[in-house]
This record gives sequence, structure tokens and C-alpha cells, in this order.
Amino acid sequence: MQVNENKEFQPLIVAFCCNWCSYAGADLSGTNRLNYPENVKIIRVPCSCRVNPMFILRAFQRGADGVILCGCHPGDCHYTSGNYFTRRRMTLLFSMLDFLGIERGRTRVEWVSAAEGAKFAATMNEFTETVRKLGPNRRLEDLRCRKQ
Amino acid sequence: MNNYLREQVLLTSGVNVLKCMRCGKCTATCPAFDEMDYHPHQFVYMVEKGDIEALMKSGSFYKCLTCFACVERCPRDVEPAKIVEAIRLSEVRQQGKNHLVPDSIPDMLDEDLPQQAIVTAFRKYTK
Amino acid sequence: MQRIGVFVCHCGTNIAATVDVKAVAEALGHEPGVVISQDYQYMCSESGQNLVKDAIKEHNLSGIVVCSCSPRMHENTFRKAAAAAGLNPYLVEIANIREQCSWIHREIATATEKAIVLGKAAVAKVHLNAPLTAGESPVVKRALVIGGGIAGIQTALDIAEAGFDVDIVEKEPTIGGKMAQIDKTFPTLDCAACILTPKMVEAAQNEKIHIHSYSEVADVKGFVGNFTVTIRKKARFVDETKCTGCGLCTEKCPMKKVPNEFNLGLDNRTAVYIPFAQAVPKVAAIDPNYCLMLKNGKCGICSKVCSVGAIDYKQQDRLIEEKYGAIVVATGFNPIKLDRYDEFAYNTCPDVVTSLELERLMNAAGPNGGTLLRPSDKTHPHKIVFVQCVGSRCDDSKGKSYCSKICCMYTAKHAMLIREKYPDTEVYVFYIDVRAPGKNFDEFYRRAVEQYNVHYIKGMVGKVTPLSSGKIDVQASDLLSNEQLHIDADMVVLAAAIEPDKSARPLATMLTTQMDTNDFFTEAHPKLRPVESATAGIFLSGACQGPKDIPETVAQASAAAAKAIGLLCKNSITCNPCVAHSDELMCNGCSACEKVCPYGAITYQDKEFRMPDKTTAVRRVASVNPAVCQGCGACTVACPSGAMDLNGFSNSQIMAEVDAICK
Repeated sequence: MQVNENKEFQPLIVAFCCNWCSYAGADLSGTNRLNYPENVKIIRVPCSCRVNPMFILRAFQRGADGVILCGCHPGDCHYTSGNYFTRRRMTLLFSMLDFLGIERGRTRVEWVSAAEGAKFAATMNEFTETVRKLGPNRRLEDLRCRKQ
Repeated sequence: MNNYLREQVLLTSGVNVLKCMRCGKCTATCPAFDEMDYHPHQFVYMVEKGDIEALMKSGSFYKCLTCFACVERCPRDVEPAKIVEAIRLSEVRQQGKNHLVPDSIPDMLDEDLPQQAIVTAFRKYTK
Repeated sequence: MQRIGVFVCHCGTNIAATVDVKAVAEALGHEPGVVISQDYQYMCSESGQNLVKDAIKEHNLSGIVVCSCSPRMHENTFRKAAAAAGLNPYLVEIANIREQCSWIHREIATATEKAIVLGKAAVAKVHLNAPLTAGESPVVKRALVIGGGIAGIQTALDIAEAGFDVDIVEKEPTIGGKMAQIDKTFPTLDCAACILTPKMVEAAQNEKIHIHSYSEVADVKGFVGNFTVTIRKKARFVDETKCTGCGLCTEKCPMKKVPNEFNLGLDNRTAVYIPFAQAVPKVAAIDPNYCLMLKNGKCGICSKVCSVGAIDYKQQDRLIEEKYGAIVVATGFNPIKLDRYDEFAYNTCPDVVTSLELERLMNAAGPNGGTLLRPSDKTHPHKIVFVQCVGSRCDDSKGKSYCSKICCMYTAKHAMLIREKYPDTEVYVFYIDVRAPGKNFDEFYRRAVEQYNVHYIKGMVGKVTPLSSGKIDVQASDLLSNEQLHIDADMVVLAAAIEPDKSARPLATMLTTQMDTNDFFTEAHPKLRPVESATAGIFLSGACQGPKDIPETVAQASAAAAKAIGLLCKNSITCNPCVAHSDELMCNGCSACEKVCPYGAITYQDKEFRMPDKTTAVRRVASVNPAVCQGCGACTVACPSGAMDLNGFSNSQIMAEVDAICK
């Protein structure tokens, strides 16, 4: 996280992408040279349902300013039903995070298919802007982990 | 192309004209076909093109019986009868057009007609 | 201590133009455990791979990170290279610095910074990679084909040709499916029965093919290479092994007023029946809903006349279990019900028929012996109106959103056949678009117009009214002349949309295959894997995957057979090693993982454990079948005790990536 008075706040965003749809969608936006901010760092998981709420909490603890979870569209999950679990789990987790002071804007679940490169880039642009406006995440950040 | 009128018709009718696949089942089904210059499938297409003034001028949409057969049978759920209703409304609401001129009122007067009705009609059908 | 090698690819200028690859290699070289960090122009090339292989041998590497294009592109390439150099292929990680870095960012400074972070995450992950060995599971050398239409028959014949045993499960008493009901085929106008029945006989005579007619799939268990399927053989009250198909029972049966489903109810059959003359197997069946003996216990004529004693009124449904290596779904289609289209008067007027009914009316083996007569008064129709797209391309609640694909061509065929046989008949076809994109299809349609003078009218029929004179008033639009037409027709033929067979949805649940909202089976990839389902070992054949005409169905049937043969040829199949596994010491036996597993890969077993106090305790613990598990990881999150983890994407690995990115 860099806060510089001269420079705009650069949020750190962790994106979990499922291997079959969203990671391929992210690849597609690259192949089509569709820009999105370098603040977004992608972690590949086999399915969005692989994302343990623990990972998201850890990201916020370690200083991430936003976490986005991308999976196949409901009904299109490579593993038949994985993204339904994701949807339920994240609904709960995000409402809990909201309660803890992590604003709704910092967390998101988005369905991006392998064919939606443009949607992926647009989503990342929009999400980064939302998080940028919210400013740095201080609520869950472990100050011992802060980069000097 | 009258964009303002087009938007108004689309908004009041709530119809998505782009869903039309031009099968003509609305026209095939219309019981008032013979009375019209333009026909239901043309209504949809003319609204899509924004050619609404021509449609208004023709008066065909006043021949519609509002039986809703076209709405019932349209395979694409376009609902042409709702367009007709919206055009009628637009025509009525159009600024600068008086459907009721003061001079014509004496002829219409009827002893049983409540005065309230005349005032309401005047409000509704004049600019 | 880990010894990790980092290899940064330039990809020509694809990466090097926006990412300072030397700086990336330099920065990653300082990461803990990294002993060598190199960059090269094309890492995936022969010489690039050799660079990796040499480094593995020279530095005795325990893991490698390749910073290059997407893992979807070259992960396998580098895994193979690592394996060739003696390193377990699952100790390779890819940092995607092309699609997700150099191609989307413009500034060199920020792109380089991001590439380094992505590289660090991969290094952090590879530290925790464990060598994995892909397991193997044996393949049962037998295939199951569900559905005995032309698709199923063709698939079964092709698989049998390759030397494997095939079972066909068909829910009707005979195989043949829809094609057996069709009169002629487009665009060649050859007789459907003449080309189908030899194939049916071939299937029956092939000793590798075993037909379970009048049967249904009751249950499917297992996984690719090793499915266990329960088949319900419905009671037909006739011993299949004894019946010779002589048909004497059908002649003598007193119950003669049963709607004949083969002729779509246009005529009647007896309660004991053989669906049609060329049925395979040619074995009678008794309809329990109509048989007097089965209903009231009074009759028994068929058993008296049967010279071989094949009638058995006490027969029950039988369940048989069989193991298969591959399953091909060929459940086919049906025309939709037209109950909700009152405007076409289908339910009220017998002379308004569907196209499939017209096929039967025109068929030599049909109710009228091949003479086209009106169903109401058995007179010759002189004016016939065809209506296209009835229920197809709809956006309302009544119809289907897709184009049924075959209607344009079969309507042209019907129109042509009628004009040829009865030149005094006028034929009108109301169309929205004529879709004829097949080989010789458009020529065929043009021939109907130009040579046979079929009146093609761009427009749609809005209302069909049966008149007291026996005629039918057809109110329609002609969009090109902007007219409303009234045609006094004798018959109206509706090209009803087609939909997947009703049995497909429960079957998909049993097979854990995907379906679209229209209940068509979803293929693994719409372009590159059109005959496989996303579930390994399940293949798709014919109209169960989407509307298809006969040549396309046969092509897909053979393709599905080829895929099934490819699977059956193997003695064993390699499994994906990135599967879940449970730590039995931590597992508390709560069954949470079992409930979320979409594949049924998790089972619970009672196991004996040595407890810390040296006693033995029996505990219920989860165990994952690695051959069934597909590695989605749903169970790892559901597990409350953290016992479940996923190989290749373990909790600690992903956590390490998160830490590396957020550092």
C-alpha cells in the first residue's frame, strides 16, 4: 500500500479467479489488450468454491484494500454446483465483514465466463475505482504486517 | 425520425420493439386489419424507425379494437397493442394540438351532461 | 532446504516490451530458496526447455517457477520438460506475466513491479508444492448407449465394430426412435425405413450389441472407466426369449381400441402389440393399462393362441446391474405439446395436424396405407396450409427460444411430396425465414418453389377456424404484399418445435452432467469438444445435445463412438492428482464435506486409531476416492476442522500466495 501526498492512492486488490471461467476470462482480456489497473493481482484457484473465507480475511489482514472473487456464471460451474456454494458463503462473509467495518465496496463476487474478457476488464476497472474512493483499509489491517 | 416521440412511445408502452422478429403474426391475427392503412407489424417497425408522425397522421391506430389478440399471440412477447395505446396517449398529450376547441362546445352540450365533465374534458384535450 | 529455479521468458517482445525481464529475474533471484534465476527469449522453445532441463540437473532443483504466458497455454509444456529432467511435474509453477501483466499494462515501471509480485507469489507457492503422482484406475471394456434411435444405433454399431461390447437401453418396446416414424428424408427423398431398418437388424444381429428394449436407466454410480448402472427392464408380460414375433396374439386380442402411439394416436392397436412390422426386437408386449386379463383377470386369449407359451401375465419389472467404462447419451427429442396454442385449433380440429402426424398419414405403413386423407372424413385434401415456427424462436412462456432447425427442410419435403403425388393439391407454406444452411438444402427448398410450385408466403398464420362446411379458415398475413389472407384450407400442418425427451433431465441428474435451460445436454466445449459432456466418460450423441437433422445426428453419433472407443481402448486412465484428501487425525466425522461433494467422491469409514493414551478407538473419518474427485475444493471450505485439503491448491499454498502479494 502506498499513500503518497502527490500521488493518487494505489489500492492493493487481490482477485481470486476460478481456473475454468474467470481465469480464462482474465487471459482473454489480456489477449484482447483490454487494460485494467496493475493494482489487481490474480490468484488462480480450481473453482470459486475453493476460496476459503480464511484467505479473504488473511488478505485484509496483510494489507489488501479490496478482494474480488470471480467464478463461472451460476449454472455454468465446471464442477456443477461450486459457485452456488461460493454465493452463499460469500453472502454471509461479506455481511460479517461489513459488520466489522470492511465496507461492502471492498468485497465483491462477480461471475465472469471464459468469453467475457471485456467484462473482466470493466469489472476490475470499476472495482479498483470503488476501492480507491474508499481509501486504504485500516480496519482489519495488522500493523505488524505493514510494509515499511 | 422523431426521437422525442419515439422515446415517449417506448417509455409509456414499456415495449421493446427490438424483440420483434418480423413474423407478422400480429397482423395475421388482427380483426381490424381491413380498416387500417398501416398494420400492427408496421406499427412496431415504424416505432423502431422513429417514424411516428406518419403513423399518427394515418389514424390507423384509432381503428385498433384493443382486443389484445396480437399481445396474446406474439411469439416474442412484443405486445403491439400496448404500442397502439401509447401512440394514442402521445397524440393526446402532444403540445399545440387542441382536440377540443371552445367553438365546438355548444354543439356538444347536453342538458344531462355534468358541467364537471366539460371542464375535465377541456383540461384533458386542450393544450 | 528448497532449491528453486526461476525462468523468466521474454516471449519475443510480448513480455519484454512492457516488463523489464532482466530486473524481474534479478529481483526474484534474491527470494529465499531461489538458487538460479534466468531470462530467455522463448522459454517454451526447444532450447528454452533445454535451459530449464539443464538447470534442474545442474543445480539439483527442487522446484521451478516459469514467468511466462498463461498456465492454460504452456503449463503442460514445462511440466513435461521438468518430468524429462527427473523433477516431479507438479513442482512447476507458472507466473502469468503475459496475459495478466505485459499485455494489459503500458508503463514499464508498474508492469515490472507487478511481474515481480506475481513471480514472488509463484515462488512462495512452489515452496509448498508437494510431488504428486497421478493415480490410475482401470477401464471396464463395455459401453452403454442410452436411447435406441438412429443416434444410439449408429454409436452402438461403431463401438461394436471396434470390438467392444455395447448395451443399448431403449425405453420403448423397439429400437428405431423417431426416424422409424418418418416417411422420407430430405434432401434426397429416400425412404427412411429403407435406410434405418437394415441398421436396426444389423444392431440386433451383432453379437457385441445387447439390446435392452422396454427398459430404463434406474441408477448410475461410479466414474469414468468404471460406471455401475442399474437398468430397469419393465415387465412386458411376454418372454423375450420365447416370443417369435409371429403376431398371432395381436390378431386375436379382443381389446382393439388402444390408441397406437407409433402412429401418434391416428389409429388403434390391440392391447398385446408389436409396435410396427420391422420392430427390433420383434417381440410382442402387453399394455397393462388396456389388457383385460391384467386388469380384470378375464380373457387370456393371447396365452391360449401363443404356440410357444411366451405370454407370462405374472412378469414383474426386473433390475439388472452392469458395469461400463463409457456411457453415451442418445435420448433424442419429441415435438412439443401444442395444448397452449388455441389459435391453431389443434385440440379442436382433427384436420389440424403436426408434421410428425403428417409423416404417419403419408407413410405406406401408416393409418391410411400411404394415401393422404383428412383424418376427419377420410377425403383428399385439396388445399393444405403449412405453418412454420410453431413454438420455435419464441420469447413467451409457451414456446422455445431456439430455432428447431429441421422444420424448414421437412416442410419443404412435405410440400414437395404432396405436390408430386397429388398435383391437384394447392400447398401454402407460411414462413418467417427459410433456414436452409445444409448441403443441397437451399437447392432443395428452391426446387419446392420453382419446380413444384409450392406457394411460399412470408408471414404467419394468426388464427385457424374450423368451419361447419368441413373447411378450415386460415387467417394469415402476407407481409410482402401487406395483406391479410383468408385461405379455405382442407388441412393445416403445424411445424411444432422440438424439445429434448422428458427422460433427459432425471438422467442428467443421475449422470451428473450439465444441461442448459432448455434441457439439452451441454457439451464440454461448444466448438472443440462437441460430443463430450463436461463429466468424464459421458458422451453425447444426437438431438439430446441440440436440434439436429439425420446426417448431423449420425455424424455426431459416430464422433461420440470414436471418443468412447478412445476411452475403452485404454487399460487404465490417469487421474488428476490435484484432488482432495483428508487428514484422518483431524477429521471429526461430521459429514459436511460429503454433503457438498458434487461427485459423491467422499465416503465415511470407521477406522481404528491408536489414541495418545495408548488405547484404541474406532472413529468415523472421511476418505476421498481420488478417481472420482475432480478437485473443485468445495469440501475444503466446508470442513470445520480443517482436515480436508486439496493437492496442488492447498490452504497453505494459497495463503502463501496471498501473503506474497500483500507483502
